[in-house]
Amino acid sequence: MPEYLVLVYEDEDLSRNVDPETFEQIMASHRTFGEKHKVSIRGGNALQSTATATSIRTDGSGRSAITDGAFAETKEALGGYYLIEAADLDEALRIAKDVPSPFGGVEVRPTRTFD
Amino acid sequence: MTAAGRASVEAAVADAHRREWGFVLAATLRITGDIDLAEECVQDAYAKALIAWRQSGVPRAPGAWLTTTARHKALDQLRRRHTHHRAAPLLAEPDATEAERVENAALDELTQVPDDRLRLIFTCCHPAIAPDARVALTLRLLCGLTTAEVARAFLVSEPTMAARITRAKKKIALARIPYQVPALDELPERVEAVLDVIHLLFTTGHTAPTGADLVRLDLVERSIDLARMLAHLLPDDQEVAGLLALILLTDARRATRLDPDGHLVLLAAQDRQNWDRSAITEGIELVRRALRQRPPGRYPLMAAIAAVHAGAPTFEATDWSEIVGLYELLTQTWPSPVVALNRAVAIGFAQGPAAGLAALDALSSEPVLAGYSYLAASRADFLRRLGRTSDARLAYQEALMLTENTVEREFLTARLRELAT
Repeated sequence: MPEYLVLVYEDEDLSRNVDPETFEQIMASHRTFGEKHKVSIRGGNALQSTATATSIRTDGSGRSAITDGAFAETKEALGGYYLIEAADLDEALRIAKDVPSPFGGVEVRPTRTFD
Repeated sequence: MTAAGRASVEAAVADAHRREWGFVLAATLRITGDIDLAEECVQDAYAKALIAWRQSGVPRAPGAWLTTTARHKALDQLRRRHTHHRAAPLLAEPDATEAERVENAALDELTQVPDDRLRLIFTCCHPAIAPDARVALTLRLLCGLTTAEVARAFLVSEPTMAARITRAKKKIALARIPYQVPALDELPERVEAVLDVIHLLFTTGHTAPTGADLVRLDLVERSIDLARMLAHLLPDDQEVAGLLALILLTDARRATRLDPDGHLVLLAAQDRQNWDRSAITEGIELVRRALRQRPPGRYPLMAAIAAVHAGAPTFEATDWSEIVGLYELLTQTWPSPVVALNRAVAIGFAQGPAAGLAALDALSSEPVLAGYSYLAASRADFLRRLGRTSDARLAYQEALMLTENTVEREFLTARLRELAT
């Protein structure tokens, strides 16, 4: 069965500063999502904020440089992901529409396999 | 069947190309699951037809002949591929494995090949594909246009268009955009995406955004073909009927939109005797049916407006308050700055240029309309009719700066010249 990665992109200013009640609602909506699509979900995680991110860039000559922060500075940052199984894009999109992302949205990408 | 002359065979193949390409390709794609291979097989079938039909005569059902020929070639190619390794990923058809597809093909031979064009339309116009690529894929896969022809239609270079089409095909395969008609609950949204593609084709053809010709006849005709095809495949969809009506009613004026010297003739001055009566009759009948559904949707309402124009014996006799009312309904169903602009223009004809100007000025801060030449041109016309010559001149100059169609530029330049004297 083909797999898709559903990347949750959200405005960190908003998503990292919710009140406890909203936080609980969001957690509940993830539980609901997980229950509804448990046969399709292969994995998933929430991520710590981009403030905790460390990036490594390599130049052509094999040297690498370590920097503080996300790889690309954007208003909406990667905040979590689900790995799902779906027969085709339409099914993947139906599942991904249910992924809670109140402060942004999701990106759906097919995984690449090498055989 | 008897041998046929070269010219008549070439005409028959050209006719089958125009009428049957989408059907033949859709049926072949069902077997190959691979767009490139399907295109290659269909191309090959048309080439074979040029020779075979000279010897044996043009078959009674050219589409069936072409489909059988293309599918045989596809099966042959698939068998060959099996002996080597499979190259490209296959198109996702959730309800069939490749073995089942080949078996289905054999069954189809005994019965009748199903019409798979709906699947093909929904795949080409999938919202996960970039809008410009949806149009390009539709023209190429359903209408059989070459990449060069599609490139010419949209005034981009052939390599640019080829890259756009390749990228879209790659996405269809790798993201597994399915080759199927969407589920019932998703259908309205997905039909809308298809209608938008056909409507864009029509509007691009009806008034070409740039270039020497006002009308791009090839695009207009393809949009009519596609709207008819969709109306045939989804006979109960009122939005589809509405779009076909809109296109027929608008295009009915085609012959009168230019004078013999190639100058633009506005609606007010068009010779209504020369409007295409049969298109108008068909369009009005479609509008009547489409409006029965409540509340009426976007395309039936737009078609209803076109029908009011088509039914008016003269420009002066146009029922402008009816048109204003229809635009108001349209604003509720489908709010858009362009609809608001058209409503403002209609107000100008219903209640006089001062009212029209006020309605237009209310839209002046709308960012979408800032680069839209018709806002400036409509303001210019109302200002001219109010006798505010110098303001009108400025507005015409603004419209000219925003217009790249040669015929429209000539019209605006002529108006500007009249005001100068």
